[in-house]
This record gives sequence, structure tokens and C-alpha cells, in this order.
Amino acid sequence: MAARKRFPNYLNQSRGWRSWLLTTDHKRIAVMYLVAVLTAFLAGGIFAMLIRIEHLTPAQTIMTAEQYNRIFTMHGVVMVFLFVIPAIPVSLGNFVLPLMLGAKDVAFPRLNLAAFYTYLVGALFTITAMVTGGVDTGWTFYTPYSTTTHSSVGLMTLGLFILGISSVITAINFMVTIHQMRAPGMGWFQMPLFCWGIYATSVIQVLATPVLGITLVLLLMERVFQMGIFDSRLGGDPILFQHFFWFYAHPVVYVMILPGMAIISEVIPTFSHKTIFGYKAIAYSTLAIAGIGFLVWGHHMFVAGQSELATVIFSLLTFLVAIPSGVKVFNWLATMYRGSISFETPMLYAIIFILLFGIGGLAGLFLGALSVDVHLHDTYFVVAHFHFVMMGGTVMAFLGGLHYWWPKMTGRMYSEKAARVACALIFVGFNMTFLSQFVLGSRGMPRRYYTYLDQFQPLHEFSTFGSWVLGLGLFVVLAYLLASLRKPMDAPGNPWGGTTLEWTTQSPPLSENFVKPPVPERPPYDYRPAETSA
Amino acid sequence: MAFFLWKYRRRPGQSATPHITGNWKLEVAWTVIPLVLVLIVFTRGLSGYLDAQETPAQALEIQVTAQKWQWQFEYPDGTESVNELHVPVNTPVRLMMSSEDVIHDFFVPDFRIKRDVLPDRYSQLSFDIPQTGLHVVECSQYCGKGHSSMIAKLYVDTEPQYEEWLKKGLEAEKKMPLGELGKKLYDTKGCSTCHSLDGTREDGPSWKGLFGRTNQMADGRVLKVDENYLRRAILEPNSMLLPDYAPLMPTFQGSLRDREVRALIEFIKAQQ
Repeated sequence: MAARKRFPNYLNQSRGWRSWLLTTDHKRIAVMYLVAVLTAFLAGGIFAMLIRIEHLTPAQTIMTAEQYNRIFTMHGVVMVFLFVIPAIPVSLGNFVLPLMLGAKDVAFPRLNLAAFYTYLVGALFTITAMVTGGVDTGWTFYTPYSTTTHSSVGLMTLGLFILGISSVITAINFMVTIHQMRAPGMGWFQMPLFCWGIYATSVIQVLATPVLGITLVLLLMERVFQMGIFDSRLGGDPILFQHFFWFYAHPVVYVMILPGMAIISEVIPTFSHKTIFGYKAIAYSTLAIAGIGFLVWGHHMFVAGQSELATVIFSLLTFLVAIPSGVKVFNWLATMYRGSISFETPMLYAIIFILLFGIGGLAGLFLGALSVDVHLHDTYFVVAHFHFVMMGGTVMAFLGGLHYWWPKMTGRMYSEKAARVACALIFVGFNMTFLSQFVLGSRGMPRRYYTYLDQFQPLHEFSTFGSWVLGLGLFVVLAYLLASLRKPMDAPGNPWGGTTLEWTTQSPPLSENFVKPPVPERPPYDYRPAETSA
Repeated sequence: MAFFLWKYRRRPGQSATPHITGNWKLEVAWTVIPLVLVLIVFTRGLSGYLDAQETPAQALEIQVTAQKWQWQFEYPDGTESVNELHVPVNTPVRLMMSSEDVIHDFFVPDFRIKRDVLPDRYSQLSFDIPQTGLHVVECSQYCGKGHSSMIAKLYVDTEPQYEEWLKKGLEAEKKMPLGELGKKLYDTKGCSTCHSLDGTREDGPSWKGLFGRTNQMADGRVLKVDENYLRRAILEPNSMLLPDYAPLMPTFQGSLRDREVRALIEFIKAQQ
């Protein structure tokens, strides 16, 4: 394979900043997105570090209460809306999806670029809101606090509205691509599972994001024109806002986690060198999660004052989400059964994902149980739970996917040794930071507390030290990935022995992706030795 | 998983793997078994929840008013307390809670109970504690700057102690000189969150040198700060707005007795 002639690739095909900024190549757009979301991740991470440093002591450490409230809001908003929601689909998804389908590009390449700039404009609004005046509502914008606080809530909601438009455009683009641009002979059930994940994600985005848009517009109307929608003084209902918000924001946590699961479904068969176990079960469980995900929003409101009947029904439905998630985990384990497992970095992240997501998911069952939730609601237990599924789940999968496709994207291999060290640091640091928060929460430490009771200090300190280890690990990742870019291109077309179509082209791919339109001869994940190609 | 990872690690010279595409019996098994397990957890959680929702008919009813950033409690006999709740032991207690401004949440970690407190709506919480002791009440719905200091003490007293406290609380206030009572109210009614005594500008004007000054109001009126000015500013703050200050202050109409308003005015007068 190494001896094969290298064609000009998408990176060196044309030069100059115009060829990047005006490109319609999904791979270049993906790279620009990757830079954008990683910048957001860095910013959100710095906010997180500041929060942890503040909690070294029970009283004021480095910032005032107002600054603290703004920083935890910025951490939430940046991480959720600028990083975790878009991260995997727009960067890795944008890059890999057309390759996996054997297509030249996404269905609407110009729309793809338009979505990127819409994202940038939305991000600009959001950042302006933070710089001018700041926002202190938390990322949930609960009324009537958000309609009465004197901070830049208006600008912020406008920014999120625009980001929502970007998400919907990208989602529609991906759905059409999957419907229309599969290689000849590739049916729905011959698609790599990653495409299923992206498809389900896109469906949720298209259905749920408009609800956020409407809610934010109503919030803005109430702030500016004093329309009585959520404020009880004006005849509105604050609980209504929570219903609207979570009707969007709960499905969206599946927007965050499904692409992560989709990456794991790619990485595990490749590194187990064995076909995926229960392809259809995984595909259907993806759809099941997306479907049930729309019906559980009320579990954020068990203590908010919704009716008891609704509370009971939401609790039951919440437990049902655990089933398809469990099905996925069991199928991944069954894929490893009698496999031939090698432990390169992407596989390490996949293993960490299963572990941390497992813990986070089980913690979710605690929270779904009504009597337990009443105690744990709005405490650090919840904080730990969603960091386990979002950071321990989605971010670990993102890192795994980034390492898995890095050779394909850049044409270069990173230092495997450095990658393993970083992976270990991240794993240890993560657990120090967030396992301690489960304990804090179960002892009654409420979230979003600037100061806290003295008895919680040792655990808070431990969590802060953990965050330093975690941060160090992430910086090591950044360092060796950047270092790998200085080397000449050395990555083979298929470094991991993958079976999906993106590995059949060179690394990095040429602008048109494939030399000639590929026709998949076999379904993905086929490792039967008789036919294994060179 | 650890077992699989070790057992099936890649060994040199062996990369062929069996082609196993799936097994529907296993799929059904690992769908149904967890389903049964989670349903068990669900019913356990449900029964605990329903037990907690039941309110005994004969309960001691205490009104709870939450506002930025303090808890006020009003007992059946009219006694009021701030950030300090006393309940008798072994007695069913029902809290009728509402908020003056944004959403707060009444959370007692030791009792594992929690309920959001909303504006213009009552929410209820009941408990019956079998042991005397001191517990902490925390606000667990984010409500702004003073969110994490919105903490009250919850005393579970014996019946005589509780009666004693109700009486003492009232009488001590009656005997207290006005200025001293004003100082106490300044600390407990939340004034200190926004009004400094040393001239520092916070969310509200400082009380230092306030009395006797002449203020230009937001609506253009020019008023001298006297007793009537202060009285209105406390009871109807929105009709006494100053330029450059946001209309943040809640009204204290109904939550301060007449003597308490006078006490506050007395206290402000003394801040020269």
C-alpha cells in the first residue's frame, strides 16, 4: 500500500487562505470546524479550571460571587452549545460521513459552508454577550431569573438561536446525504454504524432545535416587550419555560451522546479485528434512544411542581432509555468476545468510554428513581452524572474518534507513546475530579454554590487536584497532535486495518475522495480471513 | 469486560477471528433482564415517592417565604423568623412555600427532602421528625449572587422548647431598643446584601450619610431623605427609584411590622 502512487490530496491541492475560507470541500470544512470546536473546548476548559480553583476553599478564593456565576454560565454555554452538541457531527462526521458512504462530498456542499459561517456568527454573538456584561443565568436560562437579571441574556439567546439554525442546516444536509449518496450496492443495513448514529442525531436536531429557537424568542419577547409568557407577575408560568426548555434540552443530550456511541461502534470491531456483534440491534437501539429521548424531559422537573402523575410517567419512561443503551454495551462486549484485541489509543478511549459511560448511566438510574432523585436533584451528584456521560462519554469518544481518524485527516501518525501517557492522565484525572463529586452530591452539596459548608472542603480539594491532572492530560494531547503536523506525511491508507470505505482511499484523501467511485464488495466489519484484502 | 480484554488480547501470529454476526436469543436476554431490573428499581422509587407525598391532615402549618437571598418563616401564632426555622419533634409539619421573586428551592439534605419554591404559587413539603437536632436548609435552585449563602438553620425542638422559643422570639423583639432592632433587621432581612454601611456602592445605595441628603429621583423629582422618604422606599421601593440603580429591591409591605419599619428608619438615621 505504501508503494502506491500518491495523488495530490485535499490539503495540498490548492493553496492560499481563499481556497480554505471559500472551500466547499467537506474535508476542509471539517478541519475548520475542528479548529473552531477545539478552541471552544479550550475556552470552556479554562472556565472549568477557574471554577475548580475557586472551590479550593469554602469562601472566596479568587473571584467574587458575580464573577463565579458568570464563569459557570460561560462554562456551561460554551461547552454545551459551542462544543459538545456540534463537536462530533460537524468535525469528524463532516469528514468521515461522505467517505464512509463512498460519496464525493455531502449532498449540499455550499450549504455546508454556509452552516459553518452561521456557526461562527452564532458563536460571535454568544462571545460578545459574555464579554459585554456577561450572563449569569446558568446554561438553562430558568425564568423568572433570566427575564429579570441585568445581564446580556438577550444577546446570548440571539446567539444560541443562530447556532440552532446552523445545527438544523447541517442535520438536514447529513440526512439528505445518507438518503441519496450511498455508494451503489450499499443498502441501509450495509452502512457503517457511524452513519446510523449521525442519522439519528440529525433527526433529533431537526425535530428538537426549533423548539429551543421558539423558546428563546419567547424569552426575548418577555424581556423586551414584557409579554406575559413565563413570568407569573405578567400572567405567565415559569414552569412552562422549564417544559419548553427540557423538551429541547433532553433530546439534545442524545444529540451529544449518540455520535459518541457511533464512534465506539466503529472503533471496537476494528481493534477487535472481528465483525460487529448484533449490527441490527445496535442500529435499532440508536433509533430507540432517539425516539424515547423525546419523551423523558419531565425527569428534570421532579421537584419543580409538575403533577405527581406526570412525574411517575416520566420516571418510568426514563428507565426505558437504559434498555437500548444497555443493548449497545452488551453488543460491544460480545464483539470483543473471541476477538483479537489490540490496544492502540483509539481502543483505549473506547474502553474508557464503556467504563465511564457505564458508571454515568447507572448513576442516571439512581436519579430516575423518584424518591432518590428528590434528594439528589440539583446537587453535585447530578453534576457528576452528566460529566460522566458527557465528558466521560462523548468527549472520550470524540478523543477516540480524533485519534482513530487523525491519520486519515492529516496523513500523519501521532506519537503512540505520548498518546498512551495522556490517555492514562486523562482517565485518572477525570475520575479524581468527578467520582468525588458523586460523594459530595449524596452528602447534600447543592450545585452552582459559590461558597459551601466547611465539611465539604476535603472532597472539593481532591476534585480540584483531579482537574489539574485532567487538564495536563488534555494539554499533552494537544501538544503531540500539533507536533505530528510538523512531520512529513507518513500515514498509510489503512493504519488500523479498518473495513469501512474511508480506509480504502489514501491518507489524506484526494479532493474528490476516491480515485474512482467505490463499490463495496462486502458489508462493513467483515474480517473473514479467506477474503481479507491486502 | 476486563476478562474479555485480557483473554482475547491480540497475540502475535494470530489475527483470524470467528465471524459471529449476532445472536437474537442473547439480544432478547439482555433486553428483557435489564428491563425487569429497572422496573424493580422504578417501583421501589415510586413507593418511596408516594409515601413522601402524603400529608397528614393534622399538621402544624408554617408559611415559608423565599426571596433573594433569605428564608422567612411565619408560624400559626404570627411569630416570624428569618433564616431560622423551629419545629417541634414528633409532630407532622407542613410547609406552605412561595417566593417573592425568582424560583428558589427548599432543600434539607439531612431529611432528603426538596421542593422548588415558586412565585405566585404555593408548593408544599411535609415531614415529621422523630429526633431533636440542628439541620441545615439550603436553597438548591440557582437564584443569583447570594444563592450559596441562602442557608437557614432548622431546629427540631422538644415541645416545651418550641413553645418557649415562640414566646421568647416575640418578647425579645418587643423589649429591644429601636436602633438595636433595626440593626438586627438589617442583618436578617437581607438589607445587607445590597446596602453597605461604609459608603461602598453595591446594588443599592449605601446607608452611610443617607439620612438628610437631598436626592434627585429617576423620574426627576427632587426629594429630601426623611422618615417619610425611607418609609416609602422600604414599603414601595419601585416608586422611589434612583437613577443608575436597577429596580431590584423587593417590597417589604406586609413582611415588616410597623415597629420594625420604624426600627429600620432609626437605624438608617444613625448611619452618618
